[in-house]
Amino acid sequence: MKLLELLGYFNYWVFAITLVIGLYAVISKANLIKKLIGLSIFQSAVFLMYITMDKVEGGTAPIIQAGVKDQIYSNPLPQVLILTAIVVGVSTLALGLAIVVRINERYGTIEEHEILDAD
Amino acid sequence: MIFVFALFLLTLLVITAIAIVRAENLFVSVMLTSIFSLLMAANFFILDAADVALTEAAVGAGITTVIFLSALALTAEREKRRAGGQLIALAAVGILASLIIYASFDKPRLGDPEAPVHQHVAPWYLEKTPEYIDIPNVVTAILSSYRGYDTLGEVFVVFTACIGVLFILGVKPPEQPADRTAESGGLRHHLIPQVVGRLLVPFIVLFGLYTQFHGEYGPGGGFQAGAIVATGVILYALLEGEGEALRAVPRSVLLGLVVGGALLFGAVGVVCMLMGGAFLDYSVLSADPVWGQQLGIIIIEAGVGMAVCGALLSIFHAFAARQSQP
Repeated sequence: MKLLELLGYFNYWVFAITLVIGLYAVISKANLIKKLIGLSIFQSAVFLMYITMDKVEGGTAPIIQAGVKDQIYSNPLPQVLILTAIVVGVSTLALGLAIVVRINERYGTIEEHEILDAD
Repeated sequence: MIFVFALFLLTLLVITAIAIVRAENLFVSVMLTSIFSLLMAANFFILDAADVALTEAAVGAGITTVIFLSALALTAEREKRRAGGQLIALAAVGILASLIIYASFDKPRLGDPEAPVHQHVAPWYLEKTPEYIDIPNVVTAILSSYRGYDTLGEVFVVFTACIGVLFILGVKPPEQPADRTAESGGLRHHLIPQVVGRLLVPFIVLFGLYTQFHGEYGPGGGFQAGAIVATGVILYALLEGEGEALRAVPRSVLLGLVVGGALLFGAVGVVCMLMGGAFLDYSVLSADPVWGQQLGIIIIEAGVGMAVCGALLSIFHAFAARQSQP
């Protein structure tokens, strides 16, 4: 039972580890596209944390069916927040990539230190 | 049983994330990102978030990958090695990870019904939705009605990002080497992708429309539908070449979808005000408040679907057009 209780936190650990993997890519990689990939991993980790919070034991997806009584539903609110955030995430990512493409055209490189040297 | 499966998926997720960061070939990284998203979608599904899983699968595994690949085609594919700094970065993120894991022990256990997040407005939403809105999918009800302001804001963020990409990539590119092909012919000369893809495109678009109009009853809605339809058209563009796809769905139609979708959403809010209600209070749209809510939700979901589909396709074409310019 003790072990099962600990495993209840496993999602949060995965969240923490994925989050820092993304952060590591953002701070230690010089390649701008790699940085953006890291950023999107970071973002996914946050999504995972929100969705972890919505789960209720014995619950099911919050789609209420007529005639079903005493069904436990998981929390729909975090799902709404993350659903919209995913689509907004891809649009802002595209904006970032567009800027990277322009940087590449101007400087001929997408490595951060080479861009700084060129300036 | 599902619990063990979740552990397995989460472990794979971490391994994939590490592989993404370690891979030096960016193409490999991007392909792994697609797998990462698919694993993430499976996890969301296990955690009862069917709508989010559908969105993540369509957007994360589909569209994000394509946009990354088109950006890669315009830049370099290999990452250059850089010396130094890694150890400090590793130490910093290591400390951060241990702090978060330490803090996680104060969080409620996974699935705890007594967790604070389940005590606030969520029970009210679940209890009152059948009475006020009477549609089965509570996620859609919250998204379009109770938190309509949020969704309107998100649609305008997508709209703004799309306009931003069009402006940034709209300027004339500098002189490029002449060996680039004038227009990409897609996979026209590859038989198997051609046959399979051609079969898939109509079904993907059909599924997108189903997701759009069935969003009140099952998992789905404008955000997912927009992304799925966009995926279908992008697949067509990959198969037949970008020019063919633009002949099927021209740029002006795409811009019309983006602007029209966002305006439709806002217009419903204004109509609500003109009919004596608050902004985005759909109850006044009809004599029967419940039917008014449903009508409002159907219209704004259509607006969301149009805006998302148009925005994602415009972004894709903005990247693709830059590739094929001489």
